[in-house]
Amino acid sequence: MAYQPDRSQYPSRKPDGSLDIDLSSGKYLKLWQGPQHPGITGNMSVELTVCGDEVIEGKTHVGYLHRGFEKLMERRTFIQCFPIVCRICVPEPDFNEYCYAAAVEELAGLEVPERADWIRTLILEMGRINSYLMYLGGQAGALGQGVIGQWTTYVRDLMLDRFEELSGARIYHMFIMPGGVRDGLPDGFDQRMEETLREIESTLADVKDVMFTNAVFKKRTVGLGYIDPAIVDQYGVTGPTARAAGVAKDVRRDQPYLVYPQLDFEPVVGQDSDVFARADVRRRDLLMSVDLIRQILARMPRSGAVMAPLPNVLHWKIPFGETYIRGECSRGEYGYYLVTDGSGYPRRVNVRGPSYTHAMALLERLIVNCNISDVAALMVSLHTYPPEIER
Amino acid sequence: MRDLYDRLKTAFPLGELTEQRPDLAFVTVAKEQLRSLLLHLRDQEGFTHLVLLTAVDWLEEGNFQLTYLMNNRLACRDLGVRVMLPRDPASMDSIHDLWPTAATYQRELREMFGIDFPGSPRVDEDFILEGWIRTPPYRRDFDTLKFSDEVFAPRPGRASSDPTEFMKQQLYPDKT
Repeated sequence: MAYQPDRSQYPSRKPDGSLDIDLSSGKYLKLWQGPQHPGITGNMSVELTVCGDEVIEGKTHVGYLHRGFEKLMERRTFIQCFPIVCRICVPEPDFNEYCYAAAVEELAGLEVPERADWIRTLILEMGRINSYLMYLGGQAGALGQGVIGQWTTYVRDLMLDRFEELSGARIYHMFIMPGGVRDGLPDGFDQRMEETLREIESTLADVKDVMFTNAVFKKRTVGLGYIDPAIVDQYGVTGPTARAAGVAKDVRRDQPYLVYPQLDFEPVVGQDSDVFARADVRRRDLLMSVDLIRQILARMPRSGAVMAPLPNVLHWKIPFGETYIRGECSRGEYGYYLVTDGSGYPRRVNVRGPSYTHAMALLERLIVNCNISDVAALMVSLHTYPPEIER
Repeated sequence: MRDLYDRLKTAFPLGELTEQRPDLAFVTVAKEQLRSLLLHLRDQEGFTHLVLLTAVDWLEEGNFQLTYLMNNRLACRDLGVRVMLPRDPASMDSIHDLWPTAATYQRELREMFGIDFPGSPRVDEDFILEGWIRTPPYRRDFDTLKFSDEVFAPRPGRASSDPTEFMKQQLYPDKT
């Protein structure tokens, strides 16, 4: 049997617990992956210390896309905040709109019409599908399978068409606003959505055949980036990343919101907690979203108000209070913590994006002892979007 | 949440309970009691998930409010633990040994609000801002407009207007 040294003890540690890395020894190399690198998830970078092709230490650096949203909102009226919150997350902006709107409604005592809740749920599931499709392309691309990204981008574009006919916009929809949603569904929307869903299902079947049964993909992802279920709560792990570890965390079922209590679904859970398991959980979750959209379209009310009457939004003051609203986005728990002080402006808005914990503390832990060629696949498997880290 | 509050009240001196929703409440605790309360919530009451840690600047009162939002998934409950700190000097005990992910929150609070967390890993390293030497920007007394005027040269030919005034002018042109 070949001698296998204990790599976790390499290099040695100083008495204070930090790694004893002497760059002048010639054994180690500092390497930056990102911020402009095909193997990075958006506008962030990882400062790697490598020994040969093995990562000894990794530090996440963010700040390349900081726009100070939380500060901006303190100087804007409640309705002026609504069009800017969606900019916090590009691939799945709708959760920002929903969480912000729900927080304002709760503190202002607004009752949202039932039909608006159904449309909001529909939009959130459509956004989830978009985000997952983008992820699948990225995950396959990180391991050299470029064609998967082309397929998923095509079907994502079809879903963007549905968003466009619904809201007039493809990326930043600005459709869920405090009080409800901007409009009902256009004529013939159900039929076109059904055609899109069929196309997505067909593409996903191809993706399953080409990506999930591919020998290279399996060989490189099975066992990579294992997350111990015991550290899920310690590291604030949520969403599919937690569910792939066997922890059935899903806000849609744990603390249901909108019309999820009326829908029939069970959280998709995996077991192996590696990159392959996370990809598979997301693929199955995507199929569940397809099913949820069908349920929503079959059951939603077709008439009635979609907006609650709002006060004069130019002079809208909200009483003193604080609340936290969460939703289950494609990456995990998304939440807004809103504090009001009786004035016409939010006192404080704090955005809790799942990437905040996944891309920082968790990634820095998982990346140690990883082969440098697997870093991109590991990062993508955590499904992080840097804008929600820096807001 | 009242049952939880009554149980906690026997062991910790707590402020009034603010019940926002049946599954969400906020309570204030003294700075010295925070760590033992969080440990109790985590180990005895099932609040194992630190949802977020953030600060609110109550400039008028001269205080920072730190909010530690704890979640008990199985009981479907959230408890926000508030700690009031004096603004200057603002310093708080680190909880990175209880939740490793708290180190990131504390690093951000150090940079954005100037609240120190001695002993927290890399707390003094730049997080989002690079080489920032001014007032921490998320403090209420940081004037964004003044900063912008000082740092950035105005682009010729561009006009800007206050959004509120602009909307008033659009909606009520006769009254402006």
